[in-house]
Amino acid sequence: MKASISWLKNFFSIDLPIEEMISRLTMAGLEVDGVENASNEFSDVFVGSIQKVEPHPNAEKLKVCQVTDGVDLFQVVCGAANARVGLIVPFAKPGAILGKDIKIKRAKLRGIESHGMLCGADELGLADERTGLMELPQNAPIGMAFGAWLSLPDQILDIDLTPNRGDCLSLTGLGRELAVLTSTDFHSVPHRVVNPVTDEILSVVLENPEGCPIYVGRVISDVDITRTTPIWMIERLRRSGIRSVDVIVDITNYVMLELGQPMHAFDRNLLDGEITVRFAEEGETLTLLDGKILILSSDVLIIADDKKPLALAGIMGGVHSGISNKTTTIFLESAFFNPVIIAGKARRYALNTEASTRYERGVDWRLPQRACERATELVQEICGGRPGPVVVTEVVDALPAIKTVYLSSARIKQQLNITLETDNVCLILESLGFSVSIVDGGFECLVPSWRFDVSIEQDLIEELARIYGYNNLPISLPAQALSMADIPETQTPQARLKAYLVDQDIQEVITYSFVAADAQKSLGDGCNGIRLANPIASTMAEMRRSLFPGLVDAVRYNVNRQLTRVRLFEIGQCFVQQNSEIDQSEYLGLAIYGQAEPINYTGSRLVDFFDLKGFIDGLVQLNGGKILEFVAGVHPALAEGQTADIFLEGQHIGVMGRLTPRLARDLDLPKPLYLANLRLAQLLNGQVTAFKAISRYPRVTRDLAILVDQDITWNQITEVVGRLGESCIQSVDLFDVYTGRGVPDGKKSLALSLCLQDRDTTLDDVAIQGMVEKVIDALQSCLHAELRG
Amino acid sequence: MKELELIQQKALAQISSAVNLVELDNVRVLFLGKKGLISSQMKNLGLLEASERPAAGAYINQIRNTVTSELEAKKFELELEEERLTLARDAVDVTLPSRPANVAGLHPVSRTLDRLNKLFASLGYEIAAGPEIEDDWHNFEALNIPSHHPARAMHDTFYFDDGRVLRTHTSPVQIRTMLEKKPPIRIVAPGRVYRCDHDLTHTPMFHQIEGLVVDENISFSDLKGTVITFLNRFFEAELDVRFRPSYFPFTEPSAEVDVKCVMCNGAKCRVCSFSGWLEVLGCGMVHPNVFHHVKINHRKYTGFAFGMGVERLAMLKYGIGDIRLFFENDLQFLSQFHG
Repeated sequence: MKASISWLKNFFSIDLPIEEMISRLTMAGLEVDGVENASNEFSDVFVGSIQKVEPHPNAEKLKVCQVTDGVDLFQVVCGAANARVGLIVPFAKPGAILGKDIKIKRAKLRGIESHGMLCGADELGLADERTGLMELPQNAPIGMAFGAWLSLPDQILDIDLTPNRGDCLSLTGLGRELAVLTSTDFHSVPHRVVNPVTDEILSVVLENPEGCPIYVGRVISDVDITRTTPIWMIERLRRSGIRSVDVIVDITNYVMLELGQPMHAFDRNLLDGEITVRFAEEGETLTLLDGKILILSSDVLIIADDKKPLALAGIMGGVHSGISNKTTTIFLESAFFNPVIIAGKARRYALNTEASTRYERGVDWRLPQRACERATELVQEICGGRPGPVVVTEVVDALPAIKTVYLSSARIKQQLNITLETDNVCLILESLGFSVSIVDGGFECLVPSWRFDVSIEQDLIEELARIYGYNNLPISLPAQALSMADIPETQTPQARLKAYLVDQDIQEVITYSFVAADAQKSLGDGCNGIRLANPIASTMAEMRRSLFPGLVDAVRYNVNRQLTRVRLFEIGQCFVQQNSEIDQSEYLGLAIYGQAEPINYTGSRLVDFFDLKGFIDGLVQLNGGKILEFVAGVHPALAEGQTADIFLEGQHIGVMGRLTPRLARDLDLPKPLYLANLRLAQLLNGQVTAFKAISRYPRVTRDLAILVDQDITWNQITEVVGRLGESCIQSVDLFDVYTGRGVPDGKKSLALSLCLQDRDTTLDDVAIQGMVEKVIDALQSCLHAELRG
Repeated sequence: MKELELIQQKALAQISSAVNLVELDNVRVLFLGKKGLISSQMKNLGLLEASERPAAGAYINQIRNTVTSELEAKKFELELEEERLTLARDAVDVTLPSRPANVAGLHPVSRTLDRLNKLFASLGYEIAAGPEIEDDWHNFEALNIPSHHPARAMHDTFYFDDGRVLRTHTSPVQIRTMLEKKPPIRIVAPGRVYRCDHDLTHTPMFHQIEGLVVDENISFSDLKGTVITFLNRFFEAELDVRFRPSYFPFTEPSAEVDVKCVMCNGAKCRVCSFSGWLEVLGCGMVHPNVFHHVKINHRKYTGFAFGMGVERLAMLKYGIGDIRLFFENDLQFLSQFHG
């Protein structure tokens, strides 16, 4: 809501410095977003009148004008096409200053003396475009300082109103607030009644009173539509951000700004039969003022005559019944439309208008008649015309009720932690328009008809706090009983897991949760994600099913910026539709690419499968070392032979592997990229250590080399050894894998290190040898391993 | 005797002239070895008169001791010298780069969230979470934002075909928590939120943290105290804080909270849009309609809630000028936030 200070000042009786006014409004919840000047700064500009115009002897496009300020005559050279005798114009005398840089001096223009300058509206900062000299009305006071005449300089407040304060979408509303905030009297617009001079009426039928319980109409005949809007009105409209359209629309807009009542004017002669306010029939059409054709649905309230829809109630008028230059008789509409019925409709049709903004928030339902009188008064004043009687059509039962809200003194204390004097409570609420009566333990308050936002006790408490000043309220901390938090030891804190990854030189990233459909398709498991109905871009069209698309994108972004080593992780929700439910579990994603170590002088290699696997091993060790298994797997985005399904305690928790060379090529990634996507909850869920007695006896290691078939996995070997169930075998470690000279085709040589230790005795050579042979026998019989010599 | 003296002189001279441990060992063998010159003197004792033997023996022993101790001393000296040479050979340029042991960093939003979580945990708040794809009831209805409420226009919502939405704020976690737990409640709910808005100052996804306290006799002054304490701790400064009346459908009374601009200290700059104040947080007393939806008796219990944008706090704390940097994931940006 924009309002000029010069206008606003009419509504309350204190001359407040602008900074103070801004601060009071802002601190009362009417946030002043900005302040702008209503015009350029200027001085020594007067209302002048052109007395004589002669051609310039030396320049075809210039004219020599004689201009009077009512006392003296000035010769002014001017190039404007509309300079003519009799024109009243803003006249900058010699010495005048326009804006920041222009100083008007006596000068010779092509040899002719010029004493001053005739101004265009743009030169004074009253318009953006240049349209020749500003043409002032014939009754403008010649010789008067132009600024004083148009209340300039003036400033415009831009107030960012919250949606609950529809009552402040008018100068009356803002003025009422300012009067309360400055403890001064509020001056409302005088309420005048214009008596009818004809019996012209138009009857109105309220078919759906739940949408429109009151409709005030008035016919005004013989209106002179050719009159121009007075400049003071144009200026006030302009300073509130509304352009002048035609004199009748200007008047209705003016009343809306002044009182808060949106109004509409129809050309009476274009209406057939009576006016009906009703819900549209499904599929009915209406052509709007801006030429757009709407197809209406049955929940949209319209104004119609006997033959056709005329207007979208409370939003916009139709083109067929609007005011034109042929209009002689107008029908004024001033109505109350229920906010619940209007809300959402403007947005549906993308028609957020001044009217819909107000009706959605609630317009004072006792205002229509008064606004109608005010508009009539202005129409008569400016365009003449003969008004008929005001016709009020209402369904009293459907009108909003005056709300009564009880406010308990104890509640004020409970919510605000202050004790307000009874008088003070009454004073604050009454100045805001509430009727307050003191009852047992509190107050009974009648809510003014313009306050749609007040319906419960807390709303009144907010009003009290607002006027009392939030910053004057006390400050305390909640007193609560001490209670100790649960810290389950089975849960690894997420921060611990993140710290581990960061310490491995893996950077955390945060990528968008919505990704491109094609990226998801190629990098995912082949399924589609859940699609947004209104994505902001095709690259953010569906919800991610895994962290791969985001991570790959982040890797690419950095590789495209010449980085050769990128290691990223992300934690976030992924979204998988499962029947009617959506699985929104959190996942951990890892992506490692390029050099294993930053460039250095001690050697370098590229990361591989086992680097990534190592990080995952490490993660599991963070919480009690549960059983982790990697099983060769298949994934559409991961390379065959370098893909693993990951199981933790037998439960599938994710997948890892190398991005397929084909995808890497398509994505311009010259080096291999390794990715993992793991369910977070399982990773963080560990076990509490149960102590096992330690052995005091020495441990021995025995190395052995075996030959096995190529396709025997390391998992098979450890399983065979594990199945022996020998408690003295502490571990089997692999320290070499070899194929090549000396190893037959189809075989590989593995070098194992057995670590043996008994709990109760020192193992002697015989026991050690026995154990080694047992292992060799098992490997031979289960896996056809051969001992290498 | 004369001969012995000569042997000693010779031995001492050879010891002193030995230049390495091998030469020195040769000297030892020559004089003190089994067949060495001094050892063989010992064997010759038998040739002497019995009365001369003790004195001669003692003399030989004395010579052997002298030579032995000289040898030891020389050995120590040569060993030291050898070590010095080895070390000199092994000397390194200590300014050479280390073997890489880099530590990466948390995303600055994560880092900020961590800090926020810790600050509130220190006051006894628990951390709560909720789904990002929400239903209309949790995201709007239960928060007193019915379907045609003008406040819905404040949220540019992402929708799904089934009517679900991407949560526009972390406030639905309030609802989920209050449905699950009985007062007293003290939680913070951090997380991703989504608005259909993408320009210089908005990203379609960002993070919020929401706080909720419900108990008997919680007042607006408790809210003020909590928020002021938090802001001072977060920015690690005693900031001027102001509360302005505002409007959120789920709180009443509601407030916006401004801090004196941390960039210009109120002198008015570009960051604070020349107002001297920065809007950092929205808050208020839990609206009775919200309590009604979660079946908490609003006569018995009162509560407050607050919510803020995490990116905004991080931008102010670290002096980051462009919100879009958070989601470009450029390592030049991210790697500035180590550890």
